[in-house]
Amino acid sequence: MIELFDMLAQPGFWDAVLRIATPLILGTLGVLLCERAGVLNLGIEGIMVAGAFTGWLAVYSGAPLWVGVAVAAATGAVFGLLHAFLTVVLALSQHVSGLGITLLATALSYYGYRVSFPKVSTPPTVTPFAEMDWLGIPILAQQTPLTLLALLLVPALAYVLYRTPVGLAIRMVGENPQAAEGQGVSVAAVRTGAIVAGSALMGIAGAFLTLSAFNAFFFNMVNGRGWICVALVVFASWRPGKALLGALLFAFFDALQLRLQQSGGSTLPYQMYLMLPYVLSIVALVLVARKASYPQALMKPYRKGER
Amino acid sequence: MSMRLEKRATSSAAALLLAPIGAVLFTLLVSSVLVWWAGAAVTQTYGLLLKGGFGSVFALSETLTRAIPLILTGLAVTVAFKARLFNIGAEGQLYVGALAAVAVGGMHGGSGFDLPPMLLFVLMLLASALAGALLLLGPALLKARMGVDEVVTTLLLNFIVLLFVSMMLDGPMKDPMAMGWPQSVALLGDLELTKLIAQTRVHSGLIGACVLALLVWAMLKYTVFGFDIRAVGANARAAAFAGVPVTRTVALAAMLSGALAGLAGAIEVAGRTSYVTLDMSPGYGYTGIVIAMLAALHPLGVVAASVFVAGMLVGADSMSRAVGVPTFIADVIVAASLIAVLVATLLTQYRIRWK
Repeated sequence: MIELFDMLAQPGFWDAVLRIATPLILGTLGVLLCERAGVLNLGIEGIMVAGAFTGWLAVYSGAPLWVGVAVAAATGAVFGLLHAFLTVVLALSQHVSGLGITLLATALSYYGYRVSFPKVSTPPTVTPFAEMDWLGIPILAQQTPLTLLALLLVPALAYVLYRTPVGLAIRMVGENPQAAEGQGVSVAAVRTGAIVAGSALMGIAGAFLTLSAFNAFFFNMVNGRGWICVALVVFASWRPGKALLGALLFAFFDALQLRLQQSGGSTLPYQMYLMLPYVLSIVALVLVARKASYPQALMKPYRKGER
Repeated sequence: MSMRLEKRATSSAAALLLAPIGAVLFTLLVSSVLVWWAGAAVTQTYGLLLKGGFGSVFALSETLTRAIPLILTGLAVTVAFKARLFNIGAEGQLYVGALAAVAVGGMHGGSGFDLPPMLLFVLMLLASALAGALLLLGPALLKARMGVDEVVTTLLLNFIVLLFVSMMLDGPMKDPMAMGWPQSVALLGDLELTKLIAQTRVHSGLIGACVLALLVWAMLKYTVFGFDIRAVGANARAAAFAGVPVTRTVALAAMLSGALAGLAGAIEVAGRTSYVTLDMSPGYGYTGIVIAMLAALHPLGVVAASVFVAGMLVGADSMSRAVGVPTFIADVIVAASLIAVLVATLLTQYRIRWK
C-alpha cells in the first residue's frame, strides 16, 4: 500500500497519465462530435492508423511538425468524407461502413508504408515534438504542444456545441432530424460537416502517436485505442467535459498497470495487468448503461421525405 | 444540384448477382493505381495474384485451406447480423474455441485424457462451440437486458481474450517441448483431421464447413427459429408485438454465432496448426465480417465469398515474392470490395435522381 502511495507521489506518474490520455482525448472528442450529429463512426481505429502514418510520412519527408499534424487531420477528413457519403448520402449501415473504413484505412496505411520503405528492418525515425519546458507549469511542462491542444479543444468543443448556432444545429440533427429539416437546417450538410471535423480529430489523435509519444510508425501501434474512445463517449454521456474525465481516468489505470507491472515482486501474470484497461472499459459501460442518454437519432439513417 | 435516392419497385435477380461482381471488378480497377505506384506492371501483378490463388492444384489447395476458418467466421457473423446483433468478436470467439479444443484434446502430461478418440473428438468440438457461445452470450444479454452496445463490448473482449490466451500459453497450457516459444501443448494425433488431397494442407474441415453453411441456410429459411431471427432483425418491436420471444431469440442467435466462430478455432487446430499460438488467426474474425457483407448475409454466398477472399490473400503472397508489390494489396482490395459491394447492392434497390 505504501509503495502505491510512493508511486502516486512521483510527478513522473502523472506525466505518464496525461501522455496516455492525450490520443484518447482527441479521439473521444472526434467520436463525440460525430455521434452528437447522429452518426456512429467505427472508422476511428483505422483513421488513427492513417493519421499516424501520413502525419509521420510528411514530417519524415521534410515538412515541419505542425504541417504533419495538418496532413494527419486532412487524411482523417478525407476518410470522414467517405464515411459521410456512405452513411449520410447513401444511408448505408453505420456499423458496416465504419468497420469497412477501419479495414481500408489500415490496409492502405500499411501498404503505403511498405511501398515507401520496402526493405527497412528498424523503423525510420523523425524528431518528435519537444516538451514545453517554457510553460513553467508542473506536469504540463513535460508534455508536448499536442497535449495542450487536446486539453484546449475540450472547452472549445463544449462552447461550440452548447453556445453557438452551429452546435445547436449539430445537436438537433442528432436528436430529431425531421424537426431540424423543418427549421431549414440541412441534415445532410450538418452531419457531413460533423463527421469530417470529428474524423480530422481522429487523424490528429493518430499523429500524436508518431509525432509525440513515439518517433516512428509501427504496425499495430494504435492497438485498440480507437475502440476505447468509442467506449469512452458512452461513459461520458456525450459530454466533452466528462469525456476528458473519462480519458484521464482510463489513462490513470493504464499508467498504474504499467507501473505495477514494472515494479515486479508481483505474483500475477503480466497479462492480467494489460487486461485491466479493457476490463474497466466494459465495466464502465455496464455501470452507465442504465442512465445512458443516447442522442435520439444515433445510428438512424435519415432520408429526406422518408419516415 | 442535389441528389436523392428513390426506391426501385423491383430489382432483378440478375442485377443482384451482377452487382457484387461489378463492384469487385471496379475495385480491382481502382487498386491498379496502387500497383502502379509500387512500380509493378498492373496486368502482370493481377495475373500473378490470380495464378497464386487459383492457378494450380497446390494454389487452390492453399486457398481452400485458408477459406475453411473464413467460412465459419463468415457464418458466425451472418447469423448474428441477421438478428441485428453486431458481433465484432468472432476473433476472440475463435481463440477461446481453439483453447477449449486443446484443453479437451491436448497431450496434457504427455498422453492427454484416456478416452476413445471418437468420443474425445466430439467432446472437443462441443467444448469449443460452447466456449465461443458463452463468450458472445454475455455481450448479447448485456445488450438485450441493459442496452449496453454490443459492438464495443465484443471488440474489447477480443483484446481481453488474446491476453488470456497469452497467459494460458505462458502458464497452465504451455508446451513443455516448445523451448520457450509461446505455444500450447499439441493436440492428440488421433484427433487431427484427415487431409483431402495428399501432399497438400487442405483437410476434411472443408466438408464440415460447407455442411454447416447448408445447415445454417436451411435453418434460416425453413425453421421457426430462423423465421424468428429474421423477424427480430427486420424489426424487433414488430416481432415482439407478433409474439416472437425477442430476448430469447437474440440470446440463442448469439450462442449459435459464437459456437460457429468457436468451431473455427477447433477446426484450425485439428486441421492445420495442431497447437494454439498467438498468431494462428491473422484476423479471421474481422475478415468474417467482410465475408458476411460480401455475401449479403446469405450462408451459401459466404462459401463463395470466403474462397474469393482466401484466394486474394494466398495469391498475394506468391505475387509479392515475384514482383515486390506488398502483400497488403490483398487487404486493400478486400476492404475496398466491401465498400464497393455495399454501394452496388444499394443501387440495385434504389436509383439515384439528380435534380
